[in-house]
Amino acid sequence: MKHTISVLVENRFGAFDRVATMFSAKGFNIRSISIGETEIEEISRMTIVTEGDDKLIDQVVKQLNRLIDTIKVVDLSTAPRVERELALIKVSLPKGSMEQIKNINDIFRGNVVDITNKSMTIEVTGPPDKIDAAINLLAAFGIKEIARSGIVALKRGEQTKIIKEKNLTT
Amino acid sequence: MVTKEKMFGADIFFECLKREKVEYVFGYPGGAVLKIYEHLYDVDFLKHILVRHEQGAVHAAEGYAKASGKVGVVLVTSGPGATNTVTGIADAYMDSVPIVVFTGQVSSHLIGNDAFQEADIVGITRPVTKHNFLVRDVKELASTIRKAFYIASTGRPGPVVVDLPKDVIASKCFFEYPEEIDVRGYKPTYKGNGNQIKKATEIISKAKRPLLYVGGGVVMSGSSEELKIFVSENKLPVVMTLQGLGAFPGTDPLSLGMLGMHGTYWANRAVDNCDVLVSLGARFDDRVTGKVETFCTNAYKIHVDIDPTAIDKNVVVDLPIVGDVKHVLAELAAEMTTPPDTSNWLAQINEWREECPLSYENKDGRLRTEYVIERINEKTKGEAVIVTDVGQHQMWTAQYYKYNHPRSNITSGGLGTMGFSLPASIGASFAVKDRPIVSISGDGGFQMNIQELVTAVYNKLPIKIFIINNSFLGMVRQWQELFHKEKYSFTDLGASNPDFVKVGQAFGIESYSTNDPKEVDSLLDKAFSVNDRPVLVEFKVVKEDMVFPMIPSGASISDIMVKRLNPKRMI
Repeated sequence: MKHTISVLVENRFGAFDRVATMFSAKGFNIRSISIGETEIEEISRMTIVTEGDDKLIDQVVKQLNRLIDTIKVVDLSTAPRVERELALIKVSLPKGSMEQIKNINDIFRGNVVDITNKSMTIEVTGPPDKIDAAINLLAAFGIKEIARSGIVALKRGEQTKIIKEKNLTT
Repeated sequence: MVTKEKMFGADIFFECLKREKVEYVFGYPGGAVLKIYEHLYDVDFLKHILVRHEQGAVHAAEGYAKASGKVGVVLVTSGPGATNTVTGIADAYMDSVPIVVFTGQVSSHLIGNDAFQEADIVGITRPVTKHNFLVRDVKELASTIRKAFYIASTGRPGPVVVDLPKDVIASKCFFEYPEEIDVRGYKPTYKGNGNQIKKATEIISKAKRPLLYVGGGVVMSGSSEELKIFVSENKLPVVMTLQGLGAFPGTDPLSLGMLGMHGTYWANRAVDNCDVLVSLGARFDDRVTGKVETFCTNAYKIHVDIDPTAIDKNVVVDLPIVGDVKHVLAELAAEMTTPPDTSNWLAQINEWREECPLSYENKDGRLRTEYVIERINEKTKGEAVIVTDVGQHQMWTAQYYKYNHPRSNITSGGLGTMGFSLPASIGASFAVKDRPIVSISGDGGFQMNIQELVTAVYNKLPIKIFIINNSFLGMVRQWQELFHKEKYSFTDLGASNPDFVKVGQAFGIESYSTNDPKEVDSLLDKAFSVNDRPVLVEFKVVKEDMVFPMIPSGASISDIMVKRLNPKRMI
């Protein structure tokens, strides 16, 4: 089963590497990983999508917690959450297809962000399955390139404060 | 207190070591750390031990740390000096040994430019350190060193690398050593959950066949006294892992010795038949469990460990207790109201003990490792610090040496690093002065850090350097015989081995050799009578002996081999 894990890490040299190295050293799978700044300057948030059974995910969370630079680790999979991914899709523009592509773009509430005689680049944001659906439809015109951001996610509801202690009890 | 004058990074470095009460630094100079060595020249509060290879420095620091319980410290240069430490660091990581390794680094502006003697040691050591640092500014130096010692020595201990660019140690700033330390992302849990501890005592009280499974964590945390109290008050039998040996006296009737692949028959039968297994600072590694699916299937499992990742990693347990085993053991002992009735269980274990005792062929007049270890045990009465290498001699020592004290069994367990014993015994001999230090290596492993003989001689260390020479990479040979069609591929060292007596003499060491069991006692007496310099003794033992009992890799207790199936098979 797929799990979305949110990790707050020290915004410091090598912190991202430590997480990535741990995943490869332990043989854990990374489906997607994204990292960016948070409301606190010295803390970054990583959103990692991984998959495995409960025992494996338990180890993933514990191993993440064990890293000195991680501050908080939450498996969001069982919590109400908002998940978003952004994709840039560069699609071929065969003669007479402009309207059709624009229609698809509108249905998915995308934005046309670049256009040439031969191609159009569309920005789509949403849960990963929405992006998959957009890509599937656009594939009919010929896709030239895709860039996906990986998932970012937050728990729904009020902001939870960044706790200063890691939850190490099992 | 902040200093009034600015200090060089190199001076700050030593001020920090002073505050961490560092007594010994094992090191090797080079270009990137010249400034530190320049300032070391005038330092008198610590002793720098010059090794002959950086790997030796790390093993020496490990030996020192394991024997003393303090943090071992290493200082090496950049590039090859740093990369040479990697095996030792990986070894310390696997066995949770607290060491801090300071590596030189090229100047900050050259990092990433493939400068002379540049290596990305922070990147290289990331998966084999508890944590590591690159100091980018002299202002961060003191706090980084403080954190390094704190992280290395607390929680589940481990190695920490601090990379020091040349310009950082040559620049100046005001010095202040942080008294308090707070690492936001690092808060080990020391106190075990009270309810879980209470539940554990209820289960142990009701157990019919309880068993304690004791690992290196009990030694690391200094919990031997707590363990002894808990065991004696409740009459609980104890099995130990390789790293756990010494945590509980090997001569105590409640000690069943080592469990696992080369553990005793009765220890493994006890594990297989117990109804409650209490793991204390052990990690259910594959050399202990064999096939996980058939390991200790019927028991209720309680797992005490300071590292939450150790829990449910290899074996899923019924009751986890995250905490320092020292605290937890003391609380378990205090909470226990009714001890379990273990008399029948102990009688059953003794039957197994008699059914299949440790034994070896000793009537043909040929010298065997088991005999040598038995004699060392007899001569030292279990009081020595025994530093073994890796392989057959290591397993025989684990079986036949009866350690009386914790921190007396120093061996490379997790990583299985050949060449560990000699340098580690050097480190141990700086930590322990009132008991004999014995280094036991095979003929293969001895040659892997043979250069450290100089370090032992130069520092006049009274190490008993024992080489068990069977002319083979014996453990590999054993596997070749049992599992690889007797293809003794590249394990016969006999023809190419050097004359170890001449090697010893070339380094200025009094050296002896024998293949006669009758000479063993007198040579041991000679060796143990020397207290101001190393002595080397080569024991030429039979080639073809194998370590038994053996549970093959990935097999179950039912597959245990207690002796060679074809006793006539020779090579």
